This record gives sequence, structure tokens and C-alpha cells, in this order.
Amino acid sequence: MMSGSNLEQTLSSGKFAVTAELGPPKGADPQVVAAKAGILKGHADAVNITDNQTAIARMCSMASAKLAMDEGLEPIMQMTCRDRNRLAMQADILGAAALGVKNLLCLTGDHQSFGNHPEAMGVFDLDSITLIQMVKQMRDDGLFQNGEELTVPPQLYIGAAANPYADPFPYRALRLAKKVDAGIDFVQTQIIYNVDKFEQFMEQCRELGIPERCKILAGVAPLKSAGMAKYMKNRVAGMDVPDAVVERMSAAEDAQSEGIDVCVEVINRVREVEGVAGVHVMAVEWEEAVPEILSRAGLRPGSAA
Amino acid sequence: MITAERKNFEEIRRMTDSAANVLVVGCNTCVAVCLTGGEKEAEQLASQLRLARGKDGIAGNVETVTVLRQCENEYLDSISELVNAADVVLSTACGIGPQGIAARYPEKRVAPAMNTNMMGYVKEHHVWTEYCVSCGFCVIGLTGGICPIARCAKTLLNGPCGGSQGGRCEISPDVPCAWQEIYDRLAALGDLDSLKRILGPKKWHVSSSGGPRTMKQEGFKP
Repeated sequence: MMSGSNLEQTLSSGKFAVTAELGPPKGADPQVVAAKAGILKGHADAVNITDNQTAIARMCSMASAKLAMDEGLEPIMQMTCRDRNRLAMQADILGAAALGVKNLLCLTGDHQSFGNHPEAMGVFDLDSITLIQMVKQMRDDGLFQNGEELTVPPQLYIGAAANPYADPFPYRALRLAKKVDAGIDFVQTQIIYNVDKFEQFMEQCRELGIPERCKILAGVAPLKSAGMAKYMKNRVAGMDVPDAVVERMSAAEDAQSEGIDVCVEVINRVREVEGVAGVHVMAVEWEEAVPEILSRAGLRPGSAA
Repeated sequence: MITAERKNFEEIRRMTDSAANVLVVGCNTCVAVCLTGGEKEAEQLASQLRLARGKDGIAGNVETVTVLRQCENEYLDSISELVNAADVVLSTACGIGPQGIAARYPEKRVAPAMNTNMMGYVKEHHVWTEYCVSCGFCVIGLTGGICPIARCAKTLLNGPCGGSQGGRCEISPDVPCAWQEIYDRLAALGDLDSLKRILGPKKWHVSSSGGPRTMKQEGFKP
């Protein structure tokens, strides 16, 4: 065991893992985190705590992760390279580990131009891959990025993201392999609606031997409306929403229920794909949907099963 | 070359209206080539200022002169009489120009007429695109001759982020994804294996992040 986290235990014992996502509030109210944690508790092995998601300033992921832990939830703390340099990152990694965080998701981060402070300077001192290397070196070698020794290494289960729908497509699995070489233990994918393309991506991953070295969690998310489907199709970078899904959402009488149906169908397909070790359900600002999706898909947290 | 664009006229007015005599100094190298701050543009700006200041009843003269390069004292020395006669010197050079004048003429007020934007390549006629941010350690030998520091919005060293789609960067459909371009170049050169190598972390201390830089050519005396 590298971290002893629920997520690590579930995945390393070969059980199918479930992770969810919790978006911190745009304010200092701890109750918002507690309330969202209450909805998700008992339904997932661990829950991502987003880090200024889509470059919008919010409560920080470390404090939110601590608040979620206080409610009995296991956090996967997200960390992006956009907002801090290697000094701040290492400080936060040590602080998070000291607070009991056991899973860390290493991301480059959306560009600041997407968010609500587009005039901000983007840091990007490291990128996701060199961040992963740094965390692994801190954990396994007890060394800071500069090679100096640290006293007590952070025991973290290291994750990253992968997007099967970004370009160039032939390079996507190779780029994931770079993250595996850098030191990740698990990866969560971009939201899947186009399952056929995800299957092609997984085939490439299997050819590179990635599932043997890194647990792959398939990302899914419920669509809330036809408008959201169109927005994601046309406006969100790196998303692939097939026309058939947009048409289904447009034709539905009850869009929310249809969105959950689509999500459950995607889960049922991706869990059959060889090399998929779990699902990651992203329903930020619609956390209430998660228990229903998981119960309809017949999924319970692996460690609780 | 260095590219710069002229500031908004109102901003230039705010920096110069309190001065009676204004000297507009053009620069005949980079900003002349990008058609924003050479002799012709400096003269145009001076006429525009004369007209507007005259209309508002501001007394004094607006003169203009252009040197080959404002980044060298050799050229700045040649305009000392005009500079000394002015109350403010308005430079249409890149950011080096007004600072060079301030350094050479410590008693003189200076104002920039331009916003300097980049070191660019002339992609097509009258279109410049940023190719170098003078980061102090060139990596393009490893990236197919395309700089990911200058041309990727996130300065990534290890391949395209999840926002690269259809060859475009996530920040705008008008911006090409540098890593798609790197991928295409290396594929054409039969060198895709080099994309498996992990690059970085980058040593930023040799960039502007490490503080102002100086270059000396040892062994050369004036």
C-alpha cells in the first residue's frame, strides 16, 4: 500500500471502484461542503475535490478536502498547475498529507481565459507530467523536487486525467503512458458519451500495457438538459457528444431523467470494456443525481461491497 | 522581430498634454517593419497631436525625429538638441526605446506611445505571430522546431493538453495548437518516438522570472 486510501484498497484488490466529484463553494461557508458530502457519503470509494474548476475562484481544494473528511468522505484532492508554482505545490502536498489526504489528482488545469479572472497570470511552472514526477519523488524517495531530503514523505495515491477525445487522437494513449512512466497509480478519463471512440482508446492503452500498470476509471456525467448537451458538444474544449445523444436529450419529455438514463447506459457499456477498473461520476452542482445513477447501475463502493 | 502597437490616442494625450513641447521619436527598425512606429507613423502621430492640441488651445510645439534604432546610445546621441528642447519625449519604439531615452537623458520626461507585444515571425504579409519569449533555454531541438513555451498557452513541455481539438488551442479557434503542430512535424520527420521522452521541469531561472538579465561579450572593449 502506498497510501492506504479506500480507493487504493478497492482498486488494488481488483474490485470495481466508484468515484464522484464535489465542487467547493464560491464562498467561505463550510456547510456547503458538508451538505454535498452528506449526499455523496456511502456512495463512492472516494470523491474528487475540484481545484478552482474551469478557472473559477472557489474555496481551495485542500480546505474543502479536510471538510469532506470531517463528514466521513474520502477526498481525492485535485491540484492544477495553473495557479501555483512548485514551491506552493510542494507546500500544499505536505500540508494536505498532514491533514490526512491520501489521494492526489495531478492536473495541468483549464486555461485561465475560461474562468472568471481571465486577466490573471497563468503559472504553469510545471505541467501535469512533471507534477506527477515531483509527487512520486516526494513519496517514494523522500525528496523535494530540487533533490533535498524532506522529513516525513507524503503517502499519496497518485492520479491524473486523460482525455480520449482530444487531438491528436493517435497520441492520446501514448501521452497517458508518459503519465504512467512519471508515476501515476490511477487515471480518470474525460466524460464519455462516445463509447465507440473510448473503446478504440482503451485498445491503444491495452497495446501499451497501461491497464497492468495504472488503474483506469471511466469518466461519466449525467446531462441535465438538451441545452447542456449542445453546450458541451459545441463549446467545451475536448468534449465529444454524439448527435444521437443531443437528439435524445432534445426529444425527451423529462430531460433530467433521460440524462440519467444515458449516463447509466454509458456506465453499463464502459464497465464491460477490458481494462476499465472503475467509473468516475461527475455531477458537479447536481450531486443529488449520483446516488440514483449508481443505484440504477447497480454499483456500490468497492470497499463497502 | 519585435512587434508593437500604438496606444490609444486618449492615453497618449493624457501622458503628454501637460507638456508644452513634445518630441515624437520614431524608430526605423522593428516597429518600422511592422508599420506602427517608424518615421512615417511617428510623423502621423505628431500631426495628429498638433491638430488635437491646437484645437484644445495647448501652447507649444510638437516636433518629430526618427533614428535607426532607439536601443543604442550611438543613435540617441544624435538627437540631443531636439531632446533638450522638449518637455516630454514620446517614443514610438518598443519598450526599450523610451527606457533607452530615459537612461541616456536622465533629466528628461519620457512617455511610451506603444504597447510592445511580442517577438514574432512574419507568417504572411502584415501578420506576425509570436515564436519566442526569450525564456533563456531553447528546447525546439527536441520539439520539431516549434516552441511550446511561446506557442502553447500553458507552456506545456510534454504534449497537448486535453483541450486540443481539430488542431486548435482551447483558448481560441484562431490559435493553432502548438503540440498538434509539433506532433505533425515529428510524424513527418519520422521522429514520433521523441514524444515519449519526459521533458522538464523547466529551469525558469534563466528566463525573466530569474530577474533582469544582462549579456556581456567578454573580450570586447569600446
